[in-house]
Amino acid sequence: MRVERRTQLGLRAVALLYLTALLAVPVGLVFYRTFEHGWGQFWDAITTPAAIHAFWLTLEIALIAVPLNTVFGVVAALALVRGNFRGKWLIEALIDIPFAVSPIVIGLSLILVYGSTGWLGSWFVDHGIQIIFAVPGMVLATIFVSLPFVVREVEPVLREVGDEQEQAAATLGASSRQIFTRITLPAIRWGVAYGVVLSMARAIGEFGAVSVVSGKIAGQTETLTLLVEKRYGNFDVSGAYAASLLLVVIALVTLFAMTLIKPRKEPTT
Amino acid sequence: MLLPLAAVVSKSTEGGWAHFWDTVTSRQSVAALKLTLLSALVVTLVNVVFGTLIAWVLVRDEFPGKRFINALIDLPFALPTIVAGITLLALYGPKGPIGINVAYTKAAIIMALLFVTLPFVVRSVQPVIIELDREMEEAAASLGAGAITTFRRIILPNLMPAIVAGAALGFARAVGEFGSIVLISGNIPFKTQVASVFIFGQIESDNTTGAAAVSVVLLLLSVIILVGIRGLGAWWSRHES
Repeated sequence: MRVERRTQLGLRAVALLYLTALLAVPVGLVFYRTFEHGWGQFWDAITTPAAIHAFWLTLEIALIAVPLNTVFGVVAALALVRGNFRGKWLIEALIDIPFAVSPIVIGLSLILVYGSTGWLGSWFVDHGIQIIFAVPGMVLATIFVSLPFVVREVEPVLREVGDEQEQAAATLGASSRQIFTRITLPAIRWGVAYGVVLSMARAIGEFGAVSVVSGKIAGQTETLTLLVEKRYGNFDVSGAYAASLLLVVIALVTLFAMTLIKPRKEPTT
Repeated sequence: MLLPLAAVVSKSTEGGWAHFWDTVTSRQSVAALKLTLLSALVVTLVNVVFGTLIAWVLVRDEFPGKRFINALIDLPFALPTIVAGITLLALYGPKGPIGINVAYTKAAIIMALLFVTLPFVVRSVQPVIIELDREMEEAAASLGAGAITTFRRIILPNLMPAIVAGAALGFARAVGEFGSIVLISGNIPFKTQVASVFIFGQIESDNTTGAAAVSVVLLLLSVIILVGIRGLGAWWSRHES
C-alpha cells in the first residue's frame, strides 16, 4: 500500500508517542530516581542482608525451576509434534493454561493441594516437609507459571524441520538416543534457548503466585519481587527503586539475549 | 498442574452449590468481577488499535532506531509485573514529575494493564504484515482504491485472525493480572478492587473457600478464551482452504 508521506509520519509519531509514554519514560524515570541521591545509596540498598538473601533465593528458585521446565518442555513438544495419541488437542489447549490463568489462582491452587490442610499437604506435614510458606512451594509456583515457554518455542521449530532427517538416521541404524542428540537437539537448540530465556525472565520476575505461597518471611522466603513490594509498602521508596532497578537490568539483559537468539531460531533449512 | 486446579474447583463448592453462588454474587465480588472484565475489555480495544498500528509502523516504516524500538516491545514480558507497577507509579503517581496523578483510580488500572499486555497484539500481527502480499495492495491501488479502502478491504481481513488471537491472549492476561495492579490500584472495594486482588485479600484473611469461588469464575473465563482461540483458528484455516 502506498501511504502518503504525511500519513506515514503521523502513524510513526503516534506509535512512538504511545511507546514513550507507556514504556520508555516510566522505566527511564526509575533509573533517574534510583541514582538521584548517588551511587552509594543504591549500593547500600541492594547490599542489605535482606536484599542479598532475596537475590540468591530468586536465583536459586529460577535455577531449579527452569531446567525442570526445559526438560519437560522438550519432551512435551516432541510428544505433541511427533506423537499421535488420543486427547492431543486437549493437552495442546491445556498447556497454555498457566498463561491464561491469574497467578493468584495458581498460588491458591497450590495452597489447596500442598497446604497443611490440603489434599496432599497433610502427608507432607506428617513427614516433616513444609511446602507452602516455604521454598518448595515457591519453586512449584514458579514451575507452574513458566511451564509453557519452552514447549511453545520448541513446537513450531520441530514442526518446521520435519522428521525426514530423523528417519534417515534411523534407516542408517542410529539409536533413538543418537537421533535425539545428533539430529533433533541441534535442530531445535535455538528454539530451546529462546524458551529458556523467556522462562528465566518469568521465573525471576514472578510475583503473584510466589507471593501467595511464600508467606513473605524476611530473610527466608523473600524473593526480589517480594522485597520490592515490601519496601514500597514500608515507604522505603528509594529502596524499592533500587531493588526494582536490579530487576530492570535483568529484564534488559533478557531483551538483549532475545534479540540475539531470535534470528537464529528461525530454521534455515 | 491439573490436580491443583481441580482442588480449586472442589474447594469452591465445599459449602454446597448455594454457598458458591452466594459468594460469587456477593456485592463485593460482583463489583470486582465487573471492574475486571470492563477494564480488560477497554484495554483489549486499545490494544487492537494501537497494537496493529505499532506492528504496521515496525514493518512498513523505516526510521533510525527502529530495531531498538522493536526490541523494546518485549520489555513488558521481560519486566516483573511488580516493577511495571512501580515504574508507572514513579511517573503517573502521587510524586510524579509531570503533575498527573492517577494512583488509586480506574485509570491507573487501565494504564497498568495496557503496559503488561502491550506485546500481545503487536507480536501476533507483526509476522502477518511481513508476509502480506503487496501485489494485492498494488492491484487495489491501481484499480483506484484509496489508502483507507485498501486497508479496510484488503489488509484488515488478512490481519483479522492474528488481531483476534493476540487480543484474546491479552484479554486473558488482563483478566488475571495482579502484580502491576496491586500497588497502583489502591484496592478500594467497589471502586478499584479487581478480581485477582480481591482473591488475594480473601486468601490473606483465610477465607479460601470464598477465594476459590471467585477463582473458579476466572478459571472458567481462561478456559473459554483458550478453547475459543483454538476453535476460531481452526475455523479460519478451514475457511481459507
